[in-house]
Amino acid sequence: MGLILIIAMFIPHDPFFDMDRKFSIYYDVIAVFAFILGGGNLLRVHLNKVYQKRTDWKYSIVTVAGFFLMLIAGLFKLGVHAYVQEGVQFSRWAADFQGTESLFKYLYDCTFQPLQSTMFSLLAFFVASASYRAFRAKTLEATILLIAAFVILIRPTPLGYYLTFWLPDPLAFLRVGNLSTWILAVPNMVGQRAIMIGIALGIVSTSMRLILGIERGYLGGES
Amino acid sequence: MADEETKLTLIEKLGRVDRRIIFLVMALAVLIPLLVHYTTTIPASPIVQNLFDKVEILPSGARVLISFDYGPSTAPENQPMATSITRHCLEKNLRIYMISLWATGPRQAMELIDEVIKPEFPDKKDGVDWVHLGFKAGGQGLINTLLADFRAMYTTDVNGVSVDKIPMMEGVTSLKDFDFIYCIGSGQPGNKEWIQFAGDPGHIPVGGGTTAVMAPQLYPYYPKQTVGLLGGLQGAAEYEAALIARYPKYGDMSRVASEKMGPQVSAHLVIAAFIILGNVTFLIERRRRRKS
Amino acid sequence: MFTSHLAAAIGTWIAGLLTLMIFSFLYKDNPFYKFAEHLFVGVSAAYWMVVGFWTTLVPNLIAQLWPSHMGNFVPSAVERRPDIWYVIPLVFGILMLMRLSPKANWLSRWAMSFVIGFAAGTNFTRYIQSDFVSQIYSSIEPLYTRGLSVMGTIGDVFSKVIIVGGLLSALIYFYFSKEHKGTLGRAARLGIWVLMAAFGATFGYTVMARISLLTGRMDFIIKWIGGIFT
Repeated sequence: MGLILIIAMFIPHDPFFDMDRKFSIYYDVIAVFAFILGGGNLLRVHLNKVYQKRTDWKYSIVTVAGFFLMLIAGLFKLGVHAYVQEGVQFSRWAADFQGTESLFKYLYDCTFQPLQSTMFSLLAFFVASASYRAFRAKTLEATILLIAAFVILIRPTPLGYYLTFWLPDPLAFLRVGNLSTWILAVPNMVGQRAIMIGIALGIVSTSMRLILGIERGYLGGES
Repeated sequence: MADEETKLTLIEKLGRVDRRIIFLVMALAVLIPLLVHYTTTIPASPIVQNLFDKVEILPSGARVLISFDYGPSTAPENQPMATSITRHCLEKNLRIYMISLWATGPRQAMELIDEVIKPEFPDKKDGVDWVHLGFKAGGQGLINTLLADFRAMYTTDVNGVSVDKIPMMEGVTSLKDFDFIYCIGSGQPGNKEWIQFAGDPGHIPVGGGTTAVMAPQLYPYYPKQTVGLLGGLQGAAEYEAALIARYPKYGDMSRVASEKMGPQVSAHLVIAAFIILGNVTFLIERRRRRKS
Repeated sequence: MFTSHLAAAIGTWIAGLLTLMIFSFLYKDNPFYKFAEHLFVGVSAAYWMVVGFWTTLVPNLIAQLWPSHMGNFVPSAVERRPDIWYVIPLVFGILMLMRLSPKANWLSRWAMSFVIGFAAGTNFTRYIQSDFVSQIYSSIEPLYTRGLSVMGTIGDVFSKVIIVGGLLSALIYFYFSKEHKGTLGRAARLGIWVLMAAFGATFGYTVMARISLLTGRMDFIIKWIGGIFT
């Protein structure tokens, strides 16, 4: 599989081109089964927890209830109606499952969306706490990190402007706005590029090991 | 001597303040500017201006693919980007094709259609000037498929209309038929995958916006592999500024990101103050330990 | 029914209460937070399943294999002929689901092999092209650019020296086959400094990202509570 895709890169004609195209489509379809597997696994874990009455088993009931409510609303397109398009009648099964009138969209808007947004927004508080309690200039390296972060942080603020706006034009590169742009475009870019090259080499070697069968950890141990 | 001991104890106390106090200060730093509607404008940086200029020079009728690769968790950063680029594209009479690599993307695209495209551009028609094709699973595999055969995966739009019956889908068989790919991303798959699997192998101009977390990691791709990048809410505010500078009529409506920059600025100042205070207490405590 | 004013009001209250439940974690872990967290897990798993089913499985698998029977679900499919090759992803998909069975989970290895093989094959070429060759190509630029002012030229040359020198130093830091002593050690140290600057920029932007998300939620709470009083 891997070899065919590599060959298709160098020989972009049939049969390799067609195989590349088909395998890409199959991969996309199989990815959906991975979602179903995830859902099934979730059910198995939480139903097991409820059955064995392990710690916090009552919350697992909430998980399972939420799961089935969303699943049934979506799979059966509850709330969705038949529609007419260009004079032709279409059944409700052909309608958008996320249409304005659907229960699925309603549940998404009042549960999934606020829960996901709020979960991520909690991180702002922990970042603030970390900045105060853990971010210390203990070494030269930590100081460089601190200075770079500080310049980036104050760039959009009035502090960033008033700190350096008075610098004459020959020293304009030291103004916070310009310095911040330079830090992102040069040292940040260089550091990220070095990491990127390192990761690329790692991925290439791992891919070769997978294709040649040297690496078989994804199979889950010896059969 | 007693004063020095009290001062040192105060320093120690400051160094060990309950984190819930920090949380409260942070919450107020965001809440107060929102309540008083404190806003700020930021001029476009070169990386944002480049992206704006690229879209600006596209000819009327050019095909722009916009990929909504984010969800509600990062909508405060990404949605203003989507709004600005859509206004820009429709102002330039470019044709917009909306897809998504994330299952949560289509809802964001629908929000854009309902809140921006339909009310502000009523003359632009679904299927003629813009089309919403929706989500397909596969991530980088999907991009790989679309590069070879776009219609193999996208057989209908989100409303079930066959792509063969959509006027603006005529002539679209591969990603190479697009003049520009704009990815609004927040993780994986996102901007990086579009560059790796579409931009580089297909020689298609790619640009876009991403969350501030991802933005520094994409700088190595600029400018050869990505024409520009909007980094977080600040990037979105910069693009809005560029749009308003070129098209002043959007001055009143296109300030969503700029309005959110007010709390951003105050929170940044609070974090900067925390960093300074934290390090001052650390240095004082270290000096005291060395003396004793 | 779900678009009525009452439904919208109830939905807003549910969203607001769930938001406050999550935020209650900032005080300390509590049953309200646990309830909201567990609800989120269940709802998001089902969301991805439903979206995957209707957007990909139905039009791109079932409607490809049995188009004549799918007219109700995908009206445009009735005009198509069945594509028998789609049996392959169907079989691999079912094999993947065997992972749930304790006795038959070894069958899922076939599906995993397909997925891993595909990912390895595509990543191999794309990472070499985009993240290796292109990155090296982008780093090697002329040191001197015409048309700039004196300060501009000095800054430009300085930046390009940092780009090439910094990149080599950072790559030397990642070379662990030889001990970082002497010249190699000094170069690795310079590499660390460059990486620290990158991490500092990343931290600054991460803070920005998190605050943006918090701003979004605070905005919602203000509008929700404001809506109660107006």
